[in-house]
Amino acid sequence: MLTDIQTYFRDLAATSPQWNFIWLYDDVQMGRVLTGLWMTIKLSVFCLIFSVLIGILGAWAQGARSRLLRGLVEGYVQFFRNTPPLLQLLFFYFALGQFTPKYSPDGWLEVPMISNVGWAIISLSFFAGAFNIEIFRAGVESVPNSTREAAESLGMTRLQTYTNVVFPLALRISMPALSANLINLVKTTNQAFAIAVPELLYQSVSIWNDFPSAQKPTMLMLLVCYLGLVGVLSLGMGRWERKLRIPGYGA
Amino acid sequence: MTQWTAEQPIVSIRDVHKSYGQVEVLRGISMDIMKGEVICIIGPSGSGKSTLIRCINALNDIQAGSIQVEGQEVHDAKLDKLALRRKVGMVFQQYNLFPHKTALQNVMMAPIKVLRENPAEVEARARALLKKVRLEGKENHYPGELSGGQQQRVAIARSLAMRPDVMLFDEVTAALDPETVKEVLVTIKDLAADGMTCILVTHEMGFAREVADHIYFTDRGVIVEHGAPAEFFTNAQDPRTRAFLDQVL
Repeated sequence: MLTDIQTYFRDLAATSPQWNFIWLYDDVQMGRVLTGLWMTIKLSVFCLIFSVLIGILGAWAQGARSRLLRGLVEGYVQFFRNTPPLLQLLFFYFALGQFTPKYSPDGWLEVPMISNVGWAIISLSFFAGAFNIEIFRAGVESVPNSTREAAESLGMTRLQTYTNVVFPLALRISMPALSANLINLVKTTNQAFAIAVPELLYQSVSIWNDFPSAQKPTMLMLLVCYLGLVGVLSLGMGRWERKLRIPGYGA
Repeated sequence: MTQWTAEQPIVSIRDVHKSYGQVEVLRGISMDIMKGEVICIIGPSGSGKSTLIRCINALNDIQAGSIQVEGQEVHDAKLDKLALRRKVGMVFQQYNLFPHKTALQNVMMAPIKVLRENPAEVEARARALLKKVRLEGKENHYPGELSGGQQQRVAIARSLAMRPDVMLFDEVTAALDPETVKEVLVTIKDLAADGMTCILVTHEMGFAREVADHIYFTDRGVIVEHGAPAEFFTNAQDPRTRAFLDQVL
């Protein structure tokens, strides 16, 4: 079955050189696609987790009493929201990357502590995290003050009130905007291409540089892969949103 | 500070002043409430009733005067608010239940999270409390699935689950339909009969007359008149009290 398909596409490449689906029958190219896809998934998962954590902590800090802390969070949000993510990535990698300490695993080569993959995760997490803070903040602000007072009158501390009452309610309100931002994040991971992170786009471009006849099929494959990834994410978010729905609450 | 004993007032309010910006809401309020007493505070809106009751569990701060609960100064910067709020339960006009938790979970949350009690014990107590407020069978309903009166009774059970010594009721029937007011009032009456110290801000004159040991009438931030219900409702001295009672009775 699999060999039949591979034979078909090998023949197709021979008869129509424009349509060389090389990664379907060439194991090396297939390996490049799969490692690229895996790297994109890893980037996405790490950035999703970190950016949501940044969002939760940032939204909490924005309600803090310390004016300094609130100011810092506000500055961070403004900076990362109002500059292009690609520029942030380049800045993190080339500018900040110069100052990161190096270490030598084999005694000869000097390797920076944070790799290009590390910088991609940091930079993209900070980028999406800034939006998540604003998203969660809108959710937190929509929780009525009277609900907070009820929790306080029961003796809960500010942290207990936040984790048990305010955040669970804010999350439900934030879900649609959060989904949209996380979907954007997954699509933005391919900008890591610019600092040579071997993710799906990087591997694809490498393939069509080596085999120009594979360019069109590889582009199609890229689109299909991203459609699939984002599809899985938005399906998951939709399911989570439905699971969080409270009977008799909200629309 | 001398040790508080049950012969002393459980809540003692002395010459309390409170302003919101330029507006002085409380202008020297004093009252003493003994353990087991039921106190109703009545008066026109804007007279500072709700503000006063919110000051008792430190949801509002005060500018001058003193409020003591069981001998402990409420508006002391060093006060452990958590310890105070364990002693003082509060029920609000808008119920303020946690909408993402069922009736049972609403009642169980604070004892488990704040008092760190054993969840199984808390659950047994919560079920008993819901039964006591006549909500058996509604344990797994979310607040959005309950009527206003039912939600308010969950809120009362939620407060009681912390085993408070004093209960504050801030116009708890003001947002309810007339036919559900009664079920909430019956619940409060049961509580009062059990010996709970209750401080109510209310517009239910019939109820105040029936259950209160003492009635305070406030207007423009001061106590105009106070007395036992029979005396207060039939023989009010101050013209402001009489004018108010003429309007509401």
